[in-house]
Amino acid sequence: MLKTPSSFKLLFTFAQILETINIQNRMIVKKNLRVLVALALVLMPFTSQATVEQHHDEAHPTDAQAQHHQEADHSGAHDENSHHETSEGAHDGISTQAEINAYTQHHLADSHDFTFFSDEKTGHHYGFPLPVILVDNGIKFFMSSEFHHGEELVEKDGQHYKLYHGKIYKTDAQGTIHYGENHYPTNEQPLDLSITKNVFSIIFISILLFLLFVNLAKGYKKGPIPTGFARVLEPLVIFVRDEIAKPNIGEKKYRKFMGFLLTVFFFIWITNLLGLTPLGINVTGNIAVTVCLALFTFFIVQFSANKDYWKHIFWMPGVPVPMKIVLAPIEVLGMFTKPFSLLIRLFANITAGHTVVMGLIALIYTGKALLGTGGSIGVSLLLTLFINVIELLVAFLQAYIFTMLSSLFIGMAVEEHDHH
Amino acid sequence: MDKLIHDFSYGLFFWVAIIFVILIILMRKFAWKPILEALNAREEGITNALEAAENAKKELAQLNADNERILKEARIERDAMLKEARTLKDKIVADAKEEANEQADTIITNAKQAIEIEKQAALAELKSQVAGISIEIAKKVIKSELASEASQLELVEKSLKEVTLN
Repeated sequence: MLKTPSSFKLLFTFAQILETINIQNRMIVKKNLRVLVALALVLMPFTSQATVEQHHDEAHPTDAQAQHHQEADHSGAHDENSHHETSEGAHDGISTQAEINAYTQHHLADSHDFTFFSDEKTGHHYGFPLPVILVDNGIKFFMSSEFHHGEELVEKDGQHYKLYHGKIYKTDAQGTIHYGENHYPTNEQPLDLSITKNVFSIIFISILLFLLFVNLAKGYKKGPIPTGFARVLEPLVIFVRDEIAKPNIGEKKYRKFMGFLLTVFFFIWITNLLGLTPLGINVTGNIAVTVCLALFTFFIVQFSANKDYWKHIFWMPGVPVPMKIVLAPIEVLGMFTKPFSLLIRLFANITAGHTVVMGLIALIYTGKALLGTGGSIGVSLLLTLFINVIELLVAFLQAYIFTMLSSLFIGMAVEEHDHH
Repeated sequence: MDKLIHDFSYGLFFWVAIIFVILIILMRKFAWKPILEALNAREEGITNALEAAENAKKELAQLNADNERILKEARIERDAMLKEARTLKDKIVADAKEEANEQADTIITNAKQAIEIEKQAALAELKSQVAGISIEIAKKVIKSELASEASQLELVEKSLKEVTLN
């Protein structure tokens, strides 16, 4: 059972290493950068398709798993907490492949409280609750601790809410969950604007970023050369300016986009790095976050685009009229595939990284029978360390790629075509 | 894909969008603007300093070249002056010599003329004296010798023989 996910994980690692090499090559052959990026973009639909499909495959066993749980819930419908009790009763801790998959999925998903670790035996969770904000005939505000990790219903203004698999559903007084044909709950969902774990992390990271860089900015008032930790940040700012923004957007126009590029670069990088810590947050591995970031790039590109850009999309100059007609829909599609590739790449890389690390840590339990306790811990630690070091690189790399491609797209949109 | 769409959290999307917009605005104002301005100012300062150093180097080289040139010019001028002085000296000496020669010539000519005049005068005087002497002799001869015709003639001849004109 371990075989399929791990081979998929290895594939991802391999893909990441390939990407690293590719990027390094790009950095060496700077002149051919545009050609290479164009090529990468052409190939992007295939790779992103593959990525999504792999996820799909990966998701299947867990879907089946969830289905399993849901059916179990169905059969013991009288008992609300049967799901939790069945999973907690049989084993101490997480030891089976199914439980590991479920735990990994749980880690990858957002949650309504910040749990550092939990004792599966007693069902005690160590962490702190976060505020839940629901928009459902007015705003409902309460702490997530009222859900007791999904074990209890919350009743506000006569409406019952149930936390089920990380999502809040409206239920009747018994907390009945109805299932649709694809085994997802069909209960109505209120608009959930809760400060979830990811939102909390994002606020924390934003404050951290703000303090770090305001400190760097203040340092320049004392003297031209920053001191302390600011000295580490300065070369990175210069890197973003000189290696990402200037070559892709151009000396004249880069300044206007520096605010976005620098913010997105450091935001992704710090978020990725914090995702590697035992805090257990997974912000950039959440599709809603990457969709949002990619949409920023999309709108900035569209709103800063000049006449030439639109002309190249709808009426490509220098080609015969039939070709213009054929090219227009392709170019319009290209407008959307560019940010789409951004969001999928970041999401897939970080999700894969987290999955691999989780899987390797789980090796401690799954490999116990084969390697013995010491052996499995040793192997797991070694492999996890190895992947973590790669992930450190990937954390930076993904921030770099996201920013680099964003600036490249902006550069394409604001480019002056004098030769036409 | 189905799972991804199902798991898409609109609340998270909403918060990320809001937080990110606020973050970009705040970072632009309080961090990126002062940082980039400071970096630019510093880089400009460095460029200017390097330029100034380069200029100073060029100026120094220029100065050295100027010094060399001035020295050379001075040397040439000195040589020219020396040469001029030498020619002037030669000319003065030559002029003096010529003048001296001329003066000497004049003096000699004058002397010659004077001598000639004196000589003529002396000759004239001598002639007159000779004539006087001759007359005296003639007187005497005539007085003494004019006794006889023969003796007179003899005397004249004898006197003429004695008196030779120098």
